[in-house]
This record gives sequence, structure tokens and C-alpha cells, in this order.
Amino acid sequence: MLYFSRWKIYMIVATCVAGFIVMLPNFLGRETLASLPSWYANSRVALGLDLRGGSHLLLEVDMATVIRDRVEGLVDGARQQLRTANVGYTAITAGDRAVTVQLRDAAQTDDAVKALRGLSNPVGGVTMAGGQPDIAVSVNGPTVTVALSEVALRDRATQAIEQSIEIVRRRIDETGVNEPTIARQGTDRILVQLPGVEDPDRVKRLLGTTAKMTFRLVDSSADPSTGRAPPGSEILPSSEGGRGQTSYVIRKKVEVDGATLKNATASTNSQSGEWVVNFEFNSAGANRFAEITKANVGRPFAIVLDNKVISAPVIREPITGGRGQISGNFSAASANDLAVLLRAGALPAPLKVIEERTVGPDLGADSIRSGLTAVAVGFVMVCVYMIASYGLFGAFACFALLINIVLTLAALSLLHATLTLPGIAGVLLTLGLAVDANILINERIREETKKGRGVFASMEAGFSRAYSTIVDSNLTTAIKMALLFIFGTGTIKGFAVTITFGILISMFTATVLVRLMMVTWLRQTRPTALPV
Amino acid sequence: MFRLRLVPDNTKIPFMNGRYAGLITSAFLSIASLILFFHPGLNYGIDFRGGIVIEARTPQATDFASLRHTLTGLGMGQVALQEFGSNQDVLIRLERQPGDDAAQQVAADKVRATLATAVPGTQVRRVEAVGASVSGELFANGMMALGLAMLAMLLYIWFRFEWQFGLGAVVTLLLDITKIVGFYAVTGLQFNLVAVAAILTIMGYSINDKVVVYDRMRENLRIYKKMPLRDLIDLSINETLNRTLGTSMCTFLSVIPLALFGGEALQDFGIVLLLGVFIATTSSIFIAAPILLFLGENRLRRGAPDVQPTNAPTTP
Repeated sequence: MLYFSRWKIYMIVATCVAGFIVMLPNFLGRETLASLPSWYANSRVALGLDLRGGSHLLLEVDMATVIRDRVEGLVDGARQQLRTANVGYTAITAGDRAVTVQLRDAAQTDDAVKALRGLSNPVGGVTMAGGQPDIAVSVNGPTVTVALSEVALRDRATQAIEQSIEIVRRRIDETGVNEPTIARQGTDRILVQLPGVEDPDRVKRLLGTTAKMTFRLVDSSADPSTGRAPPGSEILPSSEGGRGQTSYVIRKKVEVDGATLKNATASTNSQSGEWVVNFEFNSAGANRFAEITKANVGRPFAIVLDNKVISAPVIREPITGGRGQISGNFSAASANDLAVLLRAGALPAPLKVIEERTVGPDLGADSIRSGLTAVAVGFVMVCVYMIASYGLFGAFACFALLINIVLTLAALSLLHATLTLPGIAGVLLTLGLAVDANILINERIREETKKGRGVFASMEAGFSRAYSTIVDSNLTTAIKMALLFIFGTGTIKGFAVTITFGILISMFTATVLVRLMMVTWLRQTRPTALPV
Repeated sequence: MFRLRLVPDNTKIPFMNGRYAGLITSAFLSIASLILFFHPGLNYGIDFRGGIVIEARTPQATDFASLRHTLTGLGMGQVALQEFGSNQDVLIRLERQPGDDAAQQVAADKVRATLATAVPGTQVRRVEAVGASVSGELFANGMMALGLAMLAMLLYIWFRFEWQFGLGAVVTLLLDITKIVGFYAVTGLQFNLVAVAAILTIMGYSINDKVVVYDRMRENLRIYKKMPLRDLIDLSINETLNRTLGTSMCTFLSVIPLALFGGEALQDFGIVLLLGVFIATTSSIFIAAPILLFLGENRLRRGAPDVQPTNAPTTP
């Protein structure tokens, strides 16, 4: 155990030097970093939001709405299909996950089933056949039930979350946050991390808006104040910024969908000076918009956002250029936000913020400072104890401890792991746990010396006897930290990460490196007694 | 040449004389902890219970009375204010608001806005708002981690040693953990994810310590084939005492800075770890070893003559 071949010595030294080089960019100033090649300058530890400041939001997609939308779509579809197939019905009702149709004539069930099967959309279409149908049609006398299958629900949920992530990403990109993290979590959640964002209010407001925009005709035949809308129409409230009426009777039929918008910008109207949102359709939307406005000159046309009427201007002339303007008592901020929302597109379902953790940049900087102080103080105290107890061998252990910290930082930098405040606590705790190996070894050497063994024999026995104990103790810690990493969330994971790295690296620094130092010292000084 | 020794070499403390005292004290503390765990129970942090924590820094020394009055006036249930660090730093805790997860966000924003008007110039340094569904999951995950850690330890020790050692280690571990939980109950420290991390760390540390002492016992079992188990256990503990105390000392020294200036979150962590190191060290000597003595009296020393009349008679 005490022999080191020449190449082994080179390897050990090279590892330490490489570690030092890798972690160096963490401590260089901004200007120095700029002058370095980027692959090297980027070799830095990523700081967690609790250290750099920022906002962590956990969003949940409202899956109930997703499913309800699909069921409502089925109701509309069923109505149309039955009408084309000339099947009479008395009622179509929407259930939780199914639509029930009461037929007027039980003899028509076959026709009805055939027509309703036409509503099916294949899901999970990986095969040429296009996968399974997403609905199951069943018959019970004159009642036909169209139920969404389990696969269909899952598929719909996956689609909804993927779409939501895309929309969330676009909306956040619009706000100009640097390096946001947007990731799916579980089946219906989205994790959003926004470094440097101190007050996530605006982001939360942007993400909390579904932004489903539709252009629909106003039903002038009814009075909204009666509270009753004719079939095919509904009463919608006016948005908060709206003027004039507080509610409108709006046709349910969507004339132009907001999804056909190509662009939207906020500006001030040159005449009135108030804030407006200019929008532009793609070619399909522009054609549709031209048709509608041509056919309905002189009638009010409502712009509806999330079931609220923003404005309902009267069409003065056909708009054929595919451009328009929304004015609705906007402030500069609300006009800009609406433009952002329209550009990014609508969410498939509402999002809820279910967890927020925000740390201001000052607190983050304070945490880094106190964390570094704690590590420095801890290091010095452990070193004083080790040197007082084991003299030169204690000093070797301290040097190894320093290298341990360097290599841990290097490992974190290489893997771009995130350092959090609990992570710093992990570094601190590693200081205590890593020297355990050296204490074990030194105590063993001491015992062996007292038994009257020679210098080399004592060292040999000390290392080999202590080794299995060291492996044991480090393995148990590693098991714990793996569990914490799997089940812990957020910053606490950082604790598991630094301790695991620290412990694994201590297997190298506290045993191999220290042994090399001891052996070198032994060969050079040829002592008759060991300093333990 | 001066060398710091925590205990002199050749220390021969008859630890096993105190085996009943150790076990009884430990059992008493653990039972008391269990009672405290149910009544009054733990002070669960927002990770596990949901709710809102806001850390703010006021421009002058915080006027707690008026701030409490203002915030209580919002009608959002009990508002706890706590000074920490300097007299300008205040920690505001609100219970989980009724309603769904989003209700926490609304309440947090309301407190933020109120702070801005009530004490102008206040800096909101940290906001955490956790809803019920998230906190429920975090709690389940935390408990899962603890349970699996326990199981993993049992399997590990079982694999490495004879079953007497494994049982001794796990019983000791349970006693250790209940005491830590009891400490959380007595002090009212926040029991949250950080607490789970602390308990896991202490479990690791405790097992670690037991492995070292057990290792030595096993080694001595092979060397001194005729020594009574009781003397052998005492000898093993004494031989490893300098290491046990040394490692505890180093861990202590490295954790002290955390308890001193670890900030709001890590201060508690540091304090609990300090206690945990103490509990784990003493339990290796006073709990794990006596359990092994009781379990292994006849089995681990099969065939060895008993020379100690005070010991229970062995079957040949």
C-alpha cells in the first residue's frame, strides 16, 4: 500500500491541478472571464435561485377544463353529425367524460351510432392504422352514449401540458427574463424558474391569463339587462377596462379565432392619444375577417378575451387588409401585456400558480457571503483540531481537505450542477465527515506504533485496517443522500449533491492523496518515529 | 511533542456498567419525545403544511406592534412575526389560506402590497407561498425518504454484520430519531424539508459511528477468543474512543459556523445537527453496545467459557 509508481504519482498530481484549473473561473472577475475562451469561462458552478435571487413558480394546468372543453366539443359535433344524418333527438347532455343523446326514434339507433362514430379522432397514432379511436359509443334503448376513453383523456392531458409549456415559454421570452428554466413536472405541472426576477407579479399575471381571443357578432335582438339570452347566444360581461355597457349578448359562433393572429403590438392612437393594440391576421384569418366585415357593415362586432368583451365596435367598412386595432381603455402596461399574450397565443387551459418561492438578490448575496464565511471558519477550526491532534499528519489531512473542496467545486462546475444554500451547508458538513477517514487512519497508525511495530509496518497496517471502515461509512452516507436527492425538491437537492461529491472525492483526497504525502515525507526524512 | 488527546491513551472506562442507566434514560427520552410528537405535536413549516412566509427588511427598526396590527387587520388568520438577525429583519408567517392553491398567491400578494404602503421603503427579501396539494406531496416524499433510508440501513448492516448487529443498530437509530423529533416538538423549530435533510444526515452519521465501533468489536471477537463479551465490548469502545470523539469534534466544529451564521433556514439545521452528533455519539456507546451485549451474550461467543460470574450463565 505504501508504494506509488511514478505514473501513479503523476496522475494524482495531474488530477489535483486539473481540478484547480476547472474551478478557477468561479473566482475570476467579469473582465478576466470575457477575455477567456467561452468553453473555459463557462466552467462555473450554477448558483441556485436562493443564492442568485429569483423566482421559482410551480404551475398546474387545469385538466378539468381541458376535459370539459373536449366534452363540449363532442356536444357540438354530435349535434352536427346527427343533423346531417337526419337523426332526430330530444336532448343532448354533456356529462363528466361523456355525452348522452336521447333519440326521438329508437329505430334510428344504428344510424345514430354510425354518425356519432364519425366524431372519433384517432389517438396515440404510432401505427399506420392511426391508433385507437378516442371515443366509445354505446347504446341503451333510445339512449346513445359517447364516452371518452382513458387513453383519450391521457393523450389530451399530454397535449395540453406540452402546448402550455410552449405558450409559457413564449410569454416568458417576451418579458425579457434571462435564462429562464421551464420544465414539465409530473403529469399536469410546469416548473418555471426566473433568475433575477424580484417581483414575479407581472409574470404571474401573464401566465394566469388564458388569452383565448375570439371575434364574434353581437346579438342585437336581445337586451343583456333581461339576463336571458336567446339560443345560440350568451351574455358576457365587459372587461374591467371597458366603457359603456357592463354586459353584452354575444353570438356563440366564433367568426374569427385569435389563433389566426400573426402579430400584435401596443401603440398609442395618433388621434386620441390613448393606448391601443394593433393586430394582424395570417392570410386565412385575414380572408375570414374580410368576409365577415363585408357581410356585417353597420353591425357591432365583439372582441372577446377569456369570455369578457374587450370592446364591441360597429363595423364601418369592410376590413380587407387583415389588420385591425383594439381600443379598450388600456394603460401602457395593460396594452403591452395584451399584445404579448396575443403574440404568444392562447393557453389550452387555465394555469394556476400552486407554489411560489422568491428570493431577492440582496438576500442571495448575503447568503453567499455568510455561507463562504461559515465554510472558511469551519475549515480553520477543523484544521486547528487536526494539527493539534496529529501534527504533521494532521496538516496533510488539512491540505487534502482543501483539495477536496477544490475538486468538489470542479465537479460541480463540470457538470453544471446547481449550488444552493443547503449545498453550502453540505460542503461544510463534508469538512467534518471527510477528516473522519484521516482520524481513523491516524488513530490506527498510533495504535500499531504502540504495539511496537516499525515506522513502515505501522503505516501499512494503519491504512489497510482503516480502509474497510472508511468505505463503510462513506457508503452509508451516499445511500442517504441518494434518497434525499430522489425525494427532496428544490434547493434541498443541492445539499445531497455537494455532500455526495464531497464524500466520494474524500475517498481520493483523504486516503490516496494523504498516503502519497505521508510516503513522500517518509522516504525523504527517514524518521525513526511517527509524528502521530 | 504536544498532541491534543480528547481522552488519554489506555483509557479503560467500564461503559457496560452503565448499560441499564443508558438504556433507561434513552427509552425515557424517546417515549417522552413520542408523547410530545402527538401532543403538542410538531410545528410543521410551510413545506409540509402550506402557507406563506415573507422575509422583509424595514428601513428603520421594525415596529412589531403596529405591523402585527396592520397585518392581522387583513383578516387572513393568525399572523406570526419574528425578528431574526438584526432588528430590521422580520419574518412574517401566515397560515395556509382557505381555498385552493391559488389562494396562497393572492394572500402573499396582498401582504406584499400592504407592507409597501404600511411601512414605505420596506424591502421584501424572500417570499414563499405553498399550497395544500404541493405541501401534501412534499410531506409524503419526505416521509418516504426517511422510511426508505431506515430500510436501506437495516439491509446494509445486515449484509455487513451478523443480525445482532443489524438489529442493535436499527433500534438505536429509531431511538436517536425519536429524540430528534422530540427536540423539534419541544423547541417548536420548523419541521420542514430541511428538517428531513437534517434527520437523514444524522441517521447517516449515527450508522457510521456504529459501524466503526462494531467493526472493532468484530475484530476483537476474532483476536480475543476467550474474553467475556462484556469486557470485549468495553475494550472495543475504549480503543475507538479517541476516533469516536475526534470525529464528533470535527463534525461539531464544522457545523458550529452553520448554527452561528447560517441565516434563517440553516441556523435551525445547524443546531439540530449539533444535537444529532451528540446523540449519535452517545448512543453508539450507551445504546448500541448494550443491545449487542444482550442479544449476543450467548450467540456471538459460542463455545467460549464464561469467566465472569456476574454475567448471565452461558449454555455450553
